[in-house]
Amino acid sequence: MTPGQRPLSPHLQVYKPEFTSASSIFHRITGVALAAGTILLVVWFVAAGVDGAAFNSMQSFWGTIIGQLLLGGWSFAFFYHLCNGIRHLFWSTGRGFDLSSARNSALIMLFASLFLTGAAWVWGFLLMEKI
Amino acid sequence: MGMGLSFDGKNLMHGFINFFRFRSTTGAKHATAHWWAQRVTAILLIPLLLWFVASIISLVGAEQEDVRTWIGVPWVSILLIFMFGVLFHHTQLGLQVVLEDYVHTAWLKSISIIFVKTAAFVLFIASSFAILIIVFAE
Repeated sequence: MTPGQRPLSPHLQVYKPEFTSASSIFHRITGVALAAGTILLVVWFVAAGVDGAAFNSMQSFWGTIIGQLLLGGWSFAFFYHLCNGIRHLFWSTGRGFDLSSARNSALIMLFASLFLTGAAWVWGFLLMEKI
Repeated sequence: MGMGLSFDGKNLMHGFINFFRFRSTTGAKHATAHWWAQRVTAILLIPLLLWFVASIISLVGAEQEDVRTWIGVPWVSILLIFMFGVLFHHTQLGLQVVLEDYVHTAWLKSISIIFVKTAAFVLFIASSFAILIIVFAE
């Protein structure tokens, strides 16, 4: 077989999608999304450092619907990647690999990341009220 | 004449590809170091990013001057530069794995990994400069 025809891992086409495998692929998707987010984060810091006008227009952009949707998506991606990352760190110690543990930890991780995202936004809105 | 001395285009191309493939991905030692680095940076990022996200939320609705005052605090600026360093190291390690798994053309895989590593480094330098500019201006 020439290199181009060999079957390549991960063999996504032979797997039946499961809750646990979805939690794994979503870890990668959120990681890539967060990597894209870091670019805007650096732009925000550079604007704070050197360009007041750019900083102000960025700040007002976060208040628009698209800005809020982006922040909502990134905040969930952050807490998901954080919680599932902690799950991965547990796995790295060799624990929790059996199927029922993996399913339970996926559920705990999902609810924890949803709760933390909600808590972060409630805190943010409460701070906005005070201003 | 030995085969190794023939410089046709195909051989040169394979040599070029193998050079980058070797540099970026292969080797058991490299894989172990990558595995460890990904986990050490992950553990460091848990407290660093929880602190950072909490700080950013508490800056909601802040003016540029408030943000600059926060960044300008010496211990904050040092932690921020450290955080960006660990964050971009973790980011390029993770993106490398994704590219290794899903990009199946050797030269494209190598070039995209080099691009990601370079971009992560440039973004780290940019964020550090922005922070230092604020520190020395405040």
